[in-house]
Amino acid sequence: MMWAFLHKLASPQGFYALSARLSPWCWGLAACLIGGGMIWGLGFAPADYQQGNSFRIIYVHVPAALLAQSIYVAMALAGLVFLVWRVKLADMAATAMAPLGAGMTFLALFSGAVWGVPTWGTWWQWDARLTSMLILLFLYIGVLALRGALGTRQSAARAASVLTLVGVINIPIIKYSVEWWYTLHQPATFSVTSRPAMPAEMWLPLLVMVLGFYCLFLAVTLTRTRHEILRREASRRWVQALTGEGP
Amino acid sequence: MAFDSWHAFLAMGGHAAYVWSAYGVTLLLLAGVGLHVRLERRQLWRRLQRQARREQRPVRRAQEGRSP
Repeated sequence: MMWAFLHKLASPQGFYALSARLSPWCWGLAACLIGGGMIWGLGFAPADYQQGNSFRIIYVHVPAALLAQSIYVAMALAGLVFLVWRVKLADMAATAMAPLGAGMTFLALFSGAVWGVPTWGTWWQWDARLTSMLILLFLYIGVLALRGALGTRQSAARAASVLTLVGVINIPIIKYSVEWWYTLHQPATFSVTSRPAMPAEMWLPLLVMVLGFYCLFLAVTLTRTRHEILRREASRRWVQALTGEGP
Repeated sequence: MAFDSWHAFLAMGGHAAYVWSAYGVTLLLLAGVGLHVRLERRQLWRRLQRQARREQRPVRRAQEGRSP
């Protein structure tokens, strides 16, 4: 039964129906969590005793940086599934999430630079964490450019998947950069295994923002994969049967 | 509330430029994502309907009645 469910899910038609049912909830949840988290973090969380109010940038910086890496890993997994099992839907999902990943990487770099000015006295330095995040941005841009140049052909899917998989080596470098070369960026503030080193009033809004950003990732991926199905499977009868119902 | 007044909230203890630019760019990006997805959806549906008309297929509700 599990297998039959997975098989149905991996078919564009089965995925389309499930995604159409789920995505509105993801969008709504993302809007509530991000909206609430922002108000909480900006107006109600206490200021940091050392950094003052510039500390509030954490509530957009950390979720953006987490998502930038998670989306890349998800894209690489999708690429692997596409290359090994030739699941078309996996490549459609990888296509759907790439622009959001690039946007999140940019946001992490931008908010980090802006935060760096009052905290470090510089907006940029060739620190290992900062540099490896910049490389991540270039990887995203490379994948997007490759797909843009080759369109929806099979060769585009293969080339983009290979590039994504090669670039995944950058992910552990980003993660451990702050421990291997501790030059500017401080090590991770949070870990799954230990208690947070800040009071709950400070990390709770961050948790809300992180959850909100992941909901957004899910919403964008579900919706844009559906778009990708409409784009690539426009000649299928079941897709044509959808026309006339409106968007 | 971490601030005494709206003015103090906007001033962010002298860090207004940093905090508000980071949040401003975040909001712009999020709005851009929403808008992009919406426009993409509309454009794809238009294309599908044009194609249906070109092939003179009746543009009507799907038989199964499943919503897209």
